[in-house]
Amino acid sequence: MNILYDERVDGRLPAIDQAEVLGALRSALPDLEILHRNEDLRPYECDGLSAYRTLPLLVVLPVRLEQVQTLLKVCHQRGVPVVARGAGTGLSGGALPLSKGILLVMARFNQILEVNPQGRYARVQPGVRNLAISQAAAPYGLYYAPDPSSQIACSIGGNVAENAGGVHCLKYGLTVHNLLKVDILTIEGEHLSLGSDALDSPGFDLLALFTGSEGMLGIVTEVTVKLLAKPQVARVLLASFNSVEDAGRAVAEIIGAGIIPAGLEMMDNLAIRAAEDFIHAGYPVDAAAILLCELNGVEADVTADCARVQAVLEQAGASQVQLACDEAQRVRFWAGRKNAFPAVGRISPDYYCMDGTIPRRQLARVLSAIAELSAEYGLRVANVFHAGDGNMHPLILFDANVPGELERAEAIGGKILELCVAVGGSITGEHGVGREKINQMCVQFNSDEITLFHAVKAAFDSRGLLNPGKNIPTLQRCAEFGALHVHHGQLPFPDLERF
Amino acid sequence: MSLAGDLSQDLLDQVKQALASNTPLRIQGSNSKAMLGNHVAGKLIDTRGHSGIISYDPTELVLTARAGTPLAEIEAVLAEAGQILPWEPPHLGPAATVGGTVAAGLSGPRRPWAGAARDHVLGSRVITGHGKLLRFGGEVMKNVAGYDLSRLLTGSFGCLGLLTEVSLKVLPRPRQCLSLRLHMPAHLALSALAEWGQQPLPISAACHDGEALCLRLEGGEGSVQSAFQRLGGELIDSRFWDDLREQRLAFFADSQPLWRLSLPIASGTTGLPGRELIDWSGAQRWLKSTAPAAQIRSQAAALGGHATGYSAVADSFTPLPAALLRYHRTLKQQLDPQGIFNPGRMYADL
Ligand SMILES: Cc1cc2nc3c(=O)[nH]c(=O)nc-3n(C[C@H](O)[C@H](O)[C@H](O)COP(=O)(O)OP(=O)(O)OC[C@H]3O[C@@H](n4cnc5c(N)ncnc54)[C@H](O)[C@@H]3O)c2cc1C
Ligand SMILES: Cc1cc2nc3c(=O)[nH]c(=O)nc-3n(C[C@H](O)[C@H](O)[C@H](O)COP(=O)(O)OP(=O)(O)OC[C@H]3O[C@@H](n4cnc5c(N)ncnc54)[C@H](O)[C@@H]3O)c2cc1C
Repeated sequence: MNILYDERVDGRLPAIDQAEVLGALRSALPDLEILHRNEDLRPYECDGLSAYRTLPLLVVLPVRLEQVQTLLKVCHQRGVPVVARGAGTGLSGGALPLSKGILLVMARFNQILEVNPQGRYARVQPGVRNLAISQAAAPYGLYYAPDPSSQIACSIGGNVAENAGGVHCLKYGLTVHNLLKVDILTIEGEHLSLGSDALDSPGFDLLALFTGSEGMLGIVTEVTVKLLAKPQVARVLLASFNSVEDAGRAVAEIIGAGIIPAGLEMMDNLAIRAAEDFIHAGYPVDAAAILLCELNGVEADVTADCARVQAVLEQAGASQVQLACDEAQRVRFWAGRKNAFPAVGRISPDYYCMDGTIPRRQLARVLSAIAELSAEYGLRVANVFHAGDGNMHPLILFDANVPGELERAEAIGGKILELCVAVGGSITGEHGVGREKINQMCVQFNSDEITLFHAVKAAFDSRGLLNPGKNIPTLQRCAEFGALHVHHGQLPFPDLERF
Repeated sequence: MSLAGDLSQDLLDQVKQALASNTPLRIQGSNSKAMLGNHVAGKLIDTRGHSGIISYDPTELVLTARAGTPLAEIEAVLAEAGQILPWEPPHLGPAATVGGTVAAGLSGPRRPWAGAARDHVLGSRVITGHGKLLRFGGEVMKNVAGYDLSRLLTGSFGCLGLLTEVSLKVLPRPRQCLSLRLHMPAHLALSALAEWGQQPLPISAACHDGEALCLRLEGGEGSVQSAFQRLGGELIDSRFWDDLREQRLAFFADSQPLWRLSLPIASGTTGLPGRELIDWSGAQRWLKSTAPAAQIRSQAAALGGHATGYSAVADSFTPLPAALLRYHRTLKQQLDPQGIFNPGRMYADL
């Protein structure tokens, strides 16, 4: 089943004449920058999931909120779909354009409006990059905790829309845990403030509902984030294991010992070798798995916890445990992990990054099932894992220039996600459903649950104009996907199932 | 874990009957939070029979329980494994249920550092206004598939559906805990807290009771000891925080109306008439005052926050701005089209 918007199963979209919409927008918004020629639209045809591309009808690049508001009103009135885009680093096709929709680029709203050290918050426009917030807070000894690996590039608006995480989620939470207030415009152009400058606000928790809603409920126009005091010290332990099972058990035992590390990451052998080749982090290239465990806080606690964790790791069968001896080595240990994706990009023409979550106790079982799928489909899979919170990032290696490999990569990816659901997990921990996992939503949720999601959507966007086709599948799509599924295993060429 | 007490089918039948006969329902656990919100004229649906912890694995940091499970039972099971509910939910009654705790969404003294009730809700099962028993979220720490209905339901006072089961994130109890008291006036306490908040100190509760600043330090032995040496003060019994959370301190005793103000964390003193107790490092103020509701509300709003009446005042919740109220209504209509769940508990016609 094709991933691109398919009106047959994803719902009819109104027929729209590009010239007419362009004319209407130009007269309503004479100073709005609008791109409409194919060569100008081309750079916006995909987000970080570049295997899927669609040329948008138009791209608009507003610089003032009144422009966004007027644009939304015009689109609402004329029934034109609107897809929001931040920095375009999303990995699930959330900002994938529609040929019958306008792509609303929020990246030019890049001002930090206020950093308030006493109140420990920063108020920023949605296009501000994640890392820029921590940089602006650094002079006060503060920082913004969620740190997706894409933090040099991704926007805070996109982070809110995806409920982005990072390597420090176990201790500091996801985006949703680090927000005070989000201002939005609805598709009708109505402004709402969700949350408040205080720690809670009256009414339903719409701030939580909008976080992770993938641009389906409203356009984020301003974000107030919490800032935290920078921990005094951070130390990293690197442990090598001869088996993935031992590494998995070590993770459970660290937590069982009452320790919540700031970061707890696992990489398997293929990922270790790719990262080591690229970054020279000092990883043991013959280990079956490594664990990176960061402990932070006040000096005395960190020293005590490092000793405790070291003992647990050795007890769990680590063949070697190294404490980063200085800040430079700590940064190098992390650089290997944070660059794992591009590192894998170097050993394969293409790769496809998955994002399932599982209860940690299922780790060994899931990894061995992935290894079996890898053999069955003839594609290598490297595993990078936010082990502390059960979020796996299997990276499927393929070559799009070899006919059939992309389809095989998609097929094995789908199987991995279904495996995550089967062991009690989720198809996405932080990258979002977007367009990519739209079919697997039918596996994780039944039709009544999906119907309720559509009801939530209808409360804020009754005509379905914001980011149609993303996040929540139609029941028609699920019916068709389910029908395909029934055939799996009976077909002689399971890798052809999506055709 | 006990598997007795699965009444979900029975609860579902009751909701289906209510839908068929268009009868509003008043969802109730132990009714320990009756002082919040309006009285609901509806048929009682009692969740307490639907009880029991369904799963708990300390190394996964997740506990799943049926809505009617007593909060005290959950806390006892966690304590055996050295773990806690990090947001320290107020019980406000001996028989508080976990369903009511999540539906009310209240949080205790650790809230500014550990997060609120909603921050720890990972998943739920809920009976909807369409008469279905559905599951959202789950037992994993991270899950962004679909809209976050479990967090939306947290703090919705049963107005959007009947929670039958919740999965909660739990944490290890901090290794060390020490509470102290420093004599200083409220305004100095607030400015000291604003400064300390920018430093990596292991403070996990901060309250000014009118005379002195009470602090709780939690963390490893080293950090707690060094913070104590730096801050000084007189040691007090850490049960103080339970008494604060459960409103058992002398401050709460008299018969004057009680208000809760939720304010930006660095707000100064409120200047409102009456007695004030500062909690949450300044972000939560308890006020005993006979001042008119309008005055208290407008002062809270001027400071960037809001006020909630805790003394069975009519309309205890702060009214919503018109546009926001409109979307609350459309959401309620979508999720509970017949309006059978706790109508009016939070706001008239919601
Ligand atoms: C190398 C790499 C590493 C990554 N690592 C991580 C990681 O560790 N953790 C993680 O969580 N993610 C990670 N990501 C994914 C991605 O960076 C995040 O999802 C990020 O939050 C997307 O932000 P963006 O600004 O690029 O949004 P986009 O990709 O532009 O958009 C993402 C979604 O948000 C919506 N959106 C964007 N802006 C707005 C707005 N103003 N209002 C409403 N909706 C909006 C879009 O419609 C779309 O649905 C990684 C990506 C890459 C390429
Ligand atoms: C995880 C990740 C991190 C990234 N980080 C960065 C970053 O930090 N900085 C950055 O700038 N980019 C980054 N990128 C983007 C990407 O790596 C760069 O754009 C890179 O330059 C693309 O090189 P490539 O060889 O993979 O080109 P391809 O993707 O193979 O090709 C890119 C385009 O160039 C054309 N092309 C390729 N070879 C030739 C040729 N010989 N002659 C003519 N045309 C050709 C192709 O047809 C295509 O249009 C990142 C991407 C990923 C996935």
